[in-house]
Order: sequence, then C-alpha cells, then structure tokens
Amino acid sequence: MILMAEVNWILYVVILAYLLVTLYLGYRGWKTTKDSEGYLVAGRKAHPYIMAMSYGATFISTSAIVGFGGTAGLFGMGLLWLTFFNIFVGIFIAFVVYGKRARKMGHNLKAMTFPELLGRRFDSRFIQWASGLVIFLGMPLYASVVLIGAARFMETTLSIDFDLALFIYSVIIAGYVIWGGLRAVMYTDAMQGTIMFVGMLLLLIMTYSHLGGIVPAHQALTNMAHMVPSSLAAQGHLGWTSMPAWGSPWSWTMISTIVLGVGIGALAMPQMAVRFMTVRSNRELNRGVLIGGIFILMMTGVAFTVGALSNVFFLQNQGNISINMAQGNADSIIPLYINAATPEWFVYLFMLTLLAAAMSTSSSQFHTQGSAIGRDVYETLTGKKGSQSVFITRIGIIVAVIVAVILGYILPDNIIARGTAIFFGLCASAFLPMYTLGLYWKGTTKAGAIAGLLTGTLVTVFWYLFIHKAEAVPLGVAKMLLGRDLLIEQMPWPVVDPILVALPLALIVTLVVSLITRKPEERHLKGCFKGIR
Amino acid sequence: MLGIDDPWIWGVYLLCVLSALLCVVYGIIYWNREGELEALEIKETAAWEESAEEMQEKELGL
Repeated sequence: MILMAEVNWILYVVILAYLLVTLYLGYRGWKTTKDSEGYLVAGRKAHPYIMAMSYGATFISTSAIVGFGGTAGLFGMGLLWLTFFNIFVGIFIAFVVYGKRARKMGHNLKAMTFPELLGRRFDSRFIQWASGLVIFLGMPLYASVVLIGAARFMETTLSIDFDLALFIYSVIIAGYVIWGGLRAVMYTDAMQGTIMFVGMLLLLIMTYSHLGGIVPAHQALTNMAHMVPSSLAAQGHLGWTSMPAWGSPWSWTMISTIVLGVGIGALAMPQMAVRFMTVRSNRELNRGVLIGGIFILMMTGVAFTVGALSNVFFLQNQGNISINMAQGNADSIIPLYINAATPEWFVYLFMLTLLAAAMSTSSSQFHTQGSAIGRDVYETLTGKKGSQSVFITRIGIIVAVIVAVILGYILPDNIIARGTAIFFGLCASAFLPMYTLGLYWKGTTKAGAIAGLLTGTLVTVFWYLFIHKAEAVPLGVAKMLLGRDLLIEQMPWPVVDPILVALPLALIVTLVVSLITRKPEERHLKGCFKGIR
Repeated sequence: MLGIDDPWIWGVYLLCVLSALLCVVYGIIYWNREGELEALEIKETAAWEESAEEMQEKELGL
C-alpha cells in the first residue's frame, strides 16, 4: 500500500509524538496495575468512555477500513449491511443483551478471561482450556494480518525496511502490553480510538463536500451502473448502489461471509467480550452503548460509503473506476483515494488513523492470546492457578507476538479481509451457542456446552478444509486426501461460509445434549446468576 | 431516495444511521440506571482480594 513516496519530517514528528503518548499511557497502565485482576480485567473499574472506545477501536482494525473499505470500492454500498450489523449486533445487542449479563456473571464467578467465564459458568476446566486453545491457535492468523498490514504501511510511509518496521511495531506493542496489561491496552485504545474518530469524520465531510453533497454524490454513483466490468457483472455485480443479484457468487460471499460471519462473529470475540468485565456496573455499559454506536457508524459506515464513492471521484478526475485505478488490487483503493482526493495534512492524519487502528487491534489480540495460553491453557492444565497469572500471561504474550511475526512472513498476499472473517466465523461457531445459552438458559449443561464447542470448532475447520473454495483450494488438504479440490463442487456450497452451517449445528447440538444430560446443581446456578434478573 | 434507486441500499443507509441513533437514545435514557449494585460489588471484590491474599500467604508462606 503506497500512500506517498516522499517522507515529510512533519510526519516523523507527528508519529513520534503519537508513539510517546502511547508509551506514556502504557506506563500509566503499568503504574496502576498491581495484581492479576488489574492485569487481566483492568481492575474492573474502567471509565465508560475508555471501555467503549477500547471496545470499538479493538473491533475496528486497518482491515475494516482499508480491506473492507476497498471491497466497498469494488462492489459498492451493499457492504453497509455489515455496518448495520456492526452497530446493531456488534454494539447494541452485544452490550445490552450480552454485555450486562456477562459482566455480572463474570463478577459472580470471579472470571478474568472470556474462556474462564465460560469454563466457570459450566464448571468445566475442559471448556476453559479448550476455548483458550481455540483462541490461541485461531487468532494468530487474524493477529498477523493486522501486524503485517501495519508493518507494510510503516514501510511505505516512513521509508523504512519492512523487517525493521515489523520489529519496531511488534516491540512497541509487546512492550506496553506485556508490562501494562489490559489497563495499558485500554488507555492506549481510547486515545487511538479518538484519533480514528476524528480522521474518519473529516474523511466523510471532505468526500461528500468534494462530490457536491450527499444526494448528488450517491446519484453520480448510481448513474455509473453501466460501467461495471463484465468480469464483476458475471459474479452478480449490478452497480455500486445496488445489491448483487440474488443467488450469485458475490451475493453469497457478501451475505454469508462478510455480513453474517463478521457481523455476528463480533458477539463472541474474546478480546471484545472481556471488555464487559472491566467496568464497575451495568450503568457504564448503558453509557458505552451511546459512545460505541456513534463510533462504529463513523468507522465502517464512513469507510464503506467513501470506498464506494471513490468510484465517482476517480471517474470525474481520472476517467476510470476505482478498481482499475488500483490495478485490480482492492486493498489499494482507499490509500489511492486518500492520496488523490485529500490535502497533504489530511494524508498525515489518515496515516496516523490507520496506525492507531492497527495498534489498538494488535494490542488486544496479543493480550487475549497471552491470557488464553497463560491463564486458560497452562494454568488450567497444570492446576497452578492464581499466584503466577501475570507472569505466565506475559510469557504467553511474548509467544503470541513471535508466532504472529513468523506467520506474517509465510502468509500469502490479499489475505487481510479473509483472515479477519475466518477468525470471526470460528469464534461465532465455537463460542456463541454456549455463551448465549449460558447467559440465558439455566438448563444448559456442561455436556451440552462441550458438545457445542466441539461441533462448532470441528465443523468450521472441516468446512474450510473440504468445502469452502476460497480456503480449501489453496490449503490443498482435500486434494491430497480426496484427489479433488472440493468435496462438493455443486453451487452454492463452495461459496457458503462455514458459519451458516457450523453455528446452527453447534446451537442445535448444545440444546439437544443439554436436554438429555444431567442438569447442573442448583447451588452452582445460584452462584452464577446472583443479581441477574 | 438519497440518490440511490435500490431500496435495499438506501434502506440500509438509513438503518445504519437509525441504529446509531438507537444507541444514542438508549444511552441517554439509561445514562444513570443500573448502577445500584456497584457498592455491593466493590465490597465483594474487596472481600475476595482479602481472602486471596490470605490464601497466598498460607500457600506460599509469605
């Protein structure tokens, strides 16, 4: 991604100042953290602004802005369905329906990680370590796409070597996450989220004013429908302000992977769900809903609208559509647009916005992976609970950073949006059934939860290896074992996302097994649901 | 509507804004509610911390 070739000293000063503030906030987090509760759940005393901005900034990475924003440049405003899901499901439902109960139950059970909440709710050590393992093994893909995106960005904007960029970025984040724990992560997230908000708000205003206002801008995009390239039209593309043709490959990808996978997956993302346990009371979550809703509208709402409208800009100024300007690489659309359409000072601000978006997501990913392997897997399996939590989690974070960096060198190009969607989908299928039923149905049993966890995880992995074309073909496992690329070649199965199959199956299995197995003890349930109406 | 012909697209454009508004209205209405348990929970946490410290002292002989 090339934002600009020449590097201005102002940019260095701005980024240096930003990094100093980040490190200072990390230091503040470290100073005020004295125990594992402080390190893992920020002492359960986070301010609602810090909590909501941290939740939002963790949610939104460069992948959402540049990756999915570029996809909107390619396919149009239909992606706004994802924004709607992000706000309504990812914020409103997540905070009001899930967050309040998760917070109270987390408090009742003294849980400090998302797997620990699930494990203690079902009185099962297996659930805790197996969930921790799913997170630790599934997250590196998501973590490394964010990491590599950020390092590539530093390479091109600051003209420094990629390896050095990767090293500096990883060391800075690892530094404040390892020492400062979740407090440092959340303080820096809130600052980074604020930068992101300002950057995206200005981008929206500039784009609409440049194109003559909201309605003229949309109308110009609607009038471009005849310019859709034939290769995209064959996939169901009917114009940038139209939904794709129903049943076409693109409609399946958009609806099943992007909108449902990423939209619903947000509910069961461990690095976001743990945020609910960082506040004192549900009042903070009520306030957080307000902040989070506006924040997400400004993030993906703006990225997808501007991404689609970039076509109008490029047509008016350079006589071509965005994807042709980007030479076929959708990931380049947003950076190209920013460079071409906005003044120089904004290019710097937008660079900072992207760096902030990447860092806020990376830091939470490393913290979550560290606590997953340290507290949830190692401590649960060895039985050494309590005294060494912080130390083991720190080691876990170092392992997570190293794994993400190594994986970053191996991963192919064009994996940013896909890598994100895979992890969101996996979390939804593995955790969402037991998380939902665990919070709302006292009849959910330990066996039911375990069966659902295994079904969701295994069906997702199976689907990626044998059915879903985008992963099964490059991975080659089906080819090796079956002698053909896919188990089922007939449409639409190769483009149906695993979440559409794995999530309902896992939910049914959890329900059925819970109905036929021994109910949990009343005393245990009383402890879990204390104070929950 | 809004320069967009497809109702699924202008519809979702409005839905995005309306859902963000829902969050705002909800936040304002419930701004000061559900903080009642705060004091009790802080007491509970303090008690756990005390017992955890005692346990650690016993286990580690500190």
